[in-house]
Amino acid sequence: MEPDLHHPSWQPTASLATIRSRAQLLAKIRAYFEQTGVLEVETPVCSSHATTDPATESFQLTHSGSGFPTPQPLYLQTSPEFPMKRLLAAGSGPIYQICKAFREGESGRLHNPEFTLLEWYRPGFNHHQLMDDVATLVNNLLPEPRAVEHLSYREIFKCHLDIDPHIATITQLQQCAKQHGIADAQRLDLPSKDGWLDLLLSHCIEPQLGQNCLSFVVDYPASQASLAKISSAPAPLAERFELYIEGMELANGFHELTDAGEQRQRFHQDLEQRAAQGQPAVPMDQNLLAAMDAGLPDCAGVALGIDRLLMQITQATHIDQVLTFPITHA
Amino acid sequence: MSAEFLLFCEDEMASYSTNEFKGGLKFMLDGDPCSIIENEFVKPGKGQAFNRVKIRNLKNGRVIERTFKSGESVEAADVVESNYQYLYNDGEFWYFMDPDTYEQVSADATAVGDSTKWLKDQDICTITLWNGTPIIVEVPNFVILTVTDTDPGLKGDTSGGGGKPATLETGAVVRVPLFIQIGEALKVDTRTGEYVSRAGK
Repeated sequence: MEPDLHHPSWQPTASLATIRSRAQLLAKIRAYFEQTGVLEVETPVCSSHATTDPATESFQLTHSGSGFPTPQPLYLQTSPEFPMKRLLAAGSGPIYQICKAFREGESGRLHNPEFTLLEWYRPGFNHHQLMDDVATLVNNLLPEPRAVEHLSYREIFKCHLDIDPHIATITQLQQCAKQHGIADAQRLDLPSKDGWLDLLLSHCIEPQLGQNCLSFVVDYPASQASLAKISSAPAPLAERFELYIEGMELANGFHELTDAGEQRQRFHQDLEQRAAQGQPAVPMDQNLLAAMDAGLPDCAGVALGIDRLLMQITQATHIDQVLTFPITHA
Repeated sequence: MSAEFLLFCEDEMASYSTNEFKGGLKFMLDGDPCSIIENEFVKPGKGQAFNRVKIRNLKNGRVIERTFKSGESVEAADVVESNYQYLYNDGEFWYFMDPDTYEQVSADATAVGDSTKWLKDQDICTITLWNGTPIIVEVPNFVILTVTDTDPGLKGDTSGGGGKPATLETGAVVRVPLFIQIGEALKVDTRTGEYVSRAGK
């Protein structure tokens, strides 16, 4: 929906009951972290660096003023990950943050370009320990606790599509898409094998995940590691997980990459991919790299979409129903 | 207006990006004009974004699903909807006139479809034109038509129970209450093909 400037609609799209549910949800989250000894922190939403992830675009703005004679480009965070890791490197211990994140171009039933993230880090945890932590918290927040299941990325493709995502070729993935009702799939000009995996995952698998339970998907392809460690044995897999509830992606977590050299290399790869796909170049976060050079403690971290969790709690079908003023009304 | 600006407008008209997708948008798919019924933005948090779209093929009415990579462009379809007055049928084509400009268009049997049985001279229809040619002719939800043939039935029966077939001036046959007589004007629902009432004067 486009904003209609001639007929301003000033009312919130969330009901007052939902607005109160959000306040209760945030209070419960803060209580959980208080109890478990995780420190609440704040970091800037504006940065002179941006995420290099080719799947995510940052909003850009500029700042000029006293001390900034030429306009300085700034980016709105797509998640608070980089500054939070700088705090971890500075010895903060376990930390969490509830903040706004911004992703250019993402709007729809489950997306608003400005949204609320809960992100937290547990030094000394791996992604398995963090999944348990996530399940405990989420089951604390849902009206009814749910059973928890853990599935590997390979298992969900095997189970729903009878294909092995790690060894399938692009041609096989295209055929699989066609067989599963994605007509004309071969016409899609997707940049990589991961694009085809994303197509199948989002169309054929995700809607089936987390039915009456909490589904954790683990062991992602190494090519989708993002900022996660890659395990070496027996085959390289990303130490990354996603949480699904009723077909909706709710959280994404990593056993965090701590190797500064590899991080630098991944940033460079991202930037090369951005250039190849005609996407804007962005400055990689040198402050994060410096912090990692100084030493990021072994830790696991996760980002959880508060708006989507609130959708689940209030049984909303569109994200606008849990936002006071979504982008079309902001 | 400068020539550059006009050229720019033409370029803008020629295609739509997935960002412009919304219900009702008309574009070309596999050579046929289509209209978007529903558009859903789908994106794994760390992955490729897609627009998953439910589309109606305007030529055959079929509803299909398609997926586009977000940011992809599609060719715009020159499809407009406008009100036209029905004039006559020459056996092959049905002729309509724009009541404002008096411009005439002719629609073939495929475009007219089932509407043919409700078309009466001078009635106003909604016509969907693709590149200036009618592809869909829609009659109003309710039309008033005169009964040209029906059994005499029982005089004085106003209960409406039972019913009988009646042929209308356009050739359509509808079920009417027993008290309806030849020459009466009836209000008919064209969506269900059912008698609604006598057309009160």
